[in-house]
Amino acid sequence: MKKKKVVINAEGIDRSLTRIAYEILEKNKGIEDLVLIGIRTGGIYLAQRLQIKIEQIEKAKVPMGIVDITLYRDDLLTSNRKPRLGKTDIPFSLDGRKIVLVDDVLFTGRTIRAAMDALIDFGRPKLIQLAVLIDRGHRELPIRADFVGKNLPSSLWEDVSVHLTEKNGVDEVVIEPGQE
Amino acid sequence: MILQKKDILGIKDLPVEEITIILDTAESFVEVSSREIKKVPTLRGKTIINLFYEASTRTRTSFEIAGKRLSADTINISASTSSVVKGETLIDTAKNLEAMNPDVIVIRHSASGAPHMLARMVRQSVINAGDGANEHPTQALLDLMTIRSKKGTIAGLKVAIVGDIAHSRVARSNIYGLQKMGAQVTVAGPATMMPRDIEGLGVEVRTSLEEAVSGVDVIMMLRIQTERQQQNFFPSLREYAQHYCLSRRHLDLAGPDVLVMHPGPINRGVEIAPEIADGPSSVILEQVTNGVAVRMALLYLLTGGKQ
Repeated sequence: MKKKKVVINAEGIDRSLTRIAYEILEKNKGIEDLVLIGIRTGGIYLAQRLQIKIEQIEKAKVPMGIVDITLYRDDLLTSNRKPRLGKTDIPFSLDGRKIVLVDDVLFTGRTIRAAMDALIDFGRPKLIQLAVLIDRGHRELPIRADFVGKNLPSSLWEDVSVHLTEKNGVDEVVIEPGQE
Repeated sequence: MILQKKDILGIKDLPVEEITIILDTAESFVEVSSREIKKVPTLRGKTIINLFYEASTRTRTSFEIAGKRLSADTINISASTSSVVKGETLIDTAKNLEAMNPDVIVIRHSASGAPHMLARMVRQSVINAGDGANEHPTQALLDLMTIRSKKGTIAGLKVAIVGDIAHSRVARSNIYGLQKMGAQVTVAGPATMMPRDIEGLGVEVRTSLEEAVSGVDVIMMLRIQTERQQQNFFPSLREYAQHYCLSRRHLDLAGPDVLVMHPGPINRGVEIAPEIADGPSSVILEQVTNGVAVRMALLYLLTGGKQ
């Protein structure tokens, strides 16, 4: 059996996030109306790190919120499992804002679809962009990311996980054979 | 993460882990009710029937709002306007409702055990919204949620429950729930309103309000069921109020940040002084707000997923 392989280390993750922070600022011409929304749970820590990096560059803080997509999932009524519901916390208006949605791994695109539906319920943003650390392919919906840390072609039978110090005690991206 | 049983019939048979799952889920639902668009698509296409054989404003409205905020279709049936007045039995009503294929049936009934019978008869999930003097599990869950969010924890707290303990399903459900979560419960009320088997529930019993509330963290006042007044459990409302109406001086005997709770509807000046019901220690309206969140959590946890 193949064992887990570290494909990006801590320095790699940090460099990707630094580049993404610059790209966000370049594309949006600064931080006016900009907000970061992390998708629970993996996207929260990445959004926090991007918030810090943007603050270091621009000397100003962009607002950050958290969205939990559980209530918007498309598999709630077909799957027998009930995912644990987390809190959504967006303590500011999204009307007219430029939203950068942040997640760790972009896979089928279904999570992003759910997150966008949730955000639209909070107001009418000017635009929504997507930043992910890893794009592993296998899209099932017409969704693409605006900012990508690394494209990581993977097989459907593999698991790609982003480990972050805030949650797992270490910064690394690993690829390993799936559960079955 | 899933509940073991298809129904929520009482706190007595609900494991601590499941109570915790329900409270955690409910806390996440509070935010939905504070949005401008207070609706999520989670239970689209699900049908919830509220079957109420007893009067209710709070509980029925709360279940209806909870269902609607989750995008379910909610239908209310109250006994006074249904075929019950034509003599239909609960069993026949249940069979007919089941034939219409709802997903959840919420029932309130004056007979203890009616929801349990219904749950055995239908394949849908049944939620007990109060059965006789037995249990009112969703009230206890919203009370536990309110205490936990205000105090941070339930374990180790001292809680006084005061009033007509014998006829109160709110008291029974709360005694089970509070004890499971590690709180210490004292009950107080006139001897005529104390159930005979009360010591068997493991609570402390007091007859004076002053003694019961001394040093407690939470005071739960129960509604005096004035509809039972003719049964002579106490001489007059005035005399009851003299001994058991919660007022300023009682709060001074309790702990410094005491919470005052009441399941409603309140009889101002009978079991609780108006200035206490509206005062800074009162969390009565937060209980109502949390009630919607708890019921959303239960509907979310009980529906979906084909077996």
